[in-house]
Amino acid sequence: MKKIEAIIRPHKLDDVKEALSAIGIQGMTAYEVRGFGRQKGHTEIYRGAEYTVDFVPKLKIEVVVDDDQVDGAEHAIMMAARSDKIGDGKIFTYDALSAVRIRTGERGPEAL
Amino acid sequence: MPELNTGDTAWMLASAALVLFMTPGLAAFYSGMVRKKNVLSTTMHSFFAMGLVSVIWALVGFTLAFGEGTGSLSAFIGDFSMTGLMNVNGELFGTIPLSVFAMYQGMFAIITVALITGAIAERMKFRAYVIFATLWAIFVYSPLAHWVWQTNGWLFRLGALDFAGGTVVHISSAAAALAAAIMLGKRRDLGTDQIHPHNLPMTVLGAGILWFGWFGFNAGSALAANGLAGSAFMNTHLAAAALLAWTLVETMHAGKPTVLGAASGAVAGLVGVTPAAGYVEPWAAIVIGLVVGVACYFGLFIKGKFGFDDALDVVGIHGVGGTLGALLTGVFATTTINEAGRNGLLYGNPSQIVLQLVGIVAAWAFSFVLSIIFLKVIDMVMGLRVSDEVESRGLDISEHAEEGYIFE
Repeated sequence: MKKIEAIIRPHKLDDVKEALSAIGIQGMTAYEVRGFGRQKGHTEIYRGAEYTVDFVPKLKIEVVVDDDQVDGAEHAIMMAARSDKIGDGKIFTYDALSAVRIRTGERGPEAL
Repeated sequence: MPELNTGDTAWMLASAALVLFMTPGLAAFYSGMVRKKNVLSTTMHSFFAMGLVSVIWALVGFTLAFGEGTGSLSAFIGDFSMTGLMNVNGELFGTIPLSVFAMYQGMFAIITVALITGAIAERMKFRAYVIFATLWAIFVYSPLAHWVWQTNGWLFRLGALDFAGGTVVHISSAAAALAAAIMLGKRRDLGTDQIHPHNLPMTVLGAGILWFGWFGFNAGSALAANGLAGSAFMNTHLAAAALLAWTLVETMHAGKPTVLGAASGAVAGLVGVTPAAGYVEPWAAIVIGLVVGVACYFGLFIKGKFGFDDALDVVGIHGVGGTLGALLTGVFATTTINEAGRNGLLYGNPSQIVLQLVGIVAAWAFSFVLSIIFLKVIDMVMGLRVSDEVESRGLDISEHAEEGYIFE
């Protein structure tokens, strides 16, 4: 099993969710984050004073998938979240050691 | 012998309520501009003044400001003939009950103290603020109101014009704000952290409430429901031209027409027209608005140049706007609008400018010097400023044991 973490543009969440559903991935976690990479922040002006805001709002989504779904999931996220402009985000994939469904006690890929 | 006029009385009762409403408006205007951890602390500065200054005003403030005074002292301060608002009921002031006049003027004292708090935001101990506000209301506001508005006052006798409080309210609060900003020092995070306004919609609503209340402030200063009140009402509204001027100059200078700028511009225009409202033609009110709007925008940069942290720009807006408004009153005033007024530079009386300058300098100096002294003494006794830890956590939790926003 692998855990896929993706940083995406906030307005791409629905597209990514649908793309993952379409290849049979049934759950995900999403939360609001702020960060920066190559995309620059923006300038805000309050009463003549300029402030540079470095951190850009993004969403981070997490999904855990079976090994044979990793390539498909990465591809689905990439295609759904892409706008071809700087700031589209990144995808990171890690080994997931175990998974347990709390209600039933199922373990491993069965629990996903 | 003047008799009570019910129309005048009705308007002045309404005006007093309008001016009181400016203070919660100011609370919203100011507290939207601070970080969310200080929203209640900043609100409390204004709201608490509604209680504190009201009681001070009743006990000694009104009688020191509007008592006739005795002997040679009568040019500088009132007397104790109306201590505790005794001997007020049943008396007339012009065509309105003296009680209505006393309450109307008390609302001015409240908002003037509250205006100062824009400079102390996010770092002053609440206890220290309460002591300062008490001293300031008694020993700065009351004498100054006496000088300018009581017929024995030396600035009144001199002929300096201040229709609704350019010197008494705006310059005096700005001078105190400058003193407080200097004595308190800068906020820890200034320039290092992002000090953003946390709720600009609230600030804009507050500016709208100020605009609304200002009709009582300026048109009420006619002390009657008459043509002069109508003239002052019209001029007050037209000085909103400052909103246009501010927005234009800001767009050219900084690139974007900000909403905070529009709100600030409206307030700047209202400040600027305050001393002039009952003395000038409507076109002059528009000119005052335009000039003050531009001047106050650039007034914001004074604090950066001199390195004092006037957090919410009391000096930049009320100091610059009040001073310029008082000066321009000396330019545009005409007795065709107000027989009891005087002509200004434009109507063949250049010396009025000098009288206005005397009033301006007197208000700046008196308020600034006494404020510095009070703040120094309070600093020695209890300290003015919260600890670094309290400042970092925010004054809402530390000073008031509450949070403004709990989302869960």
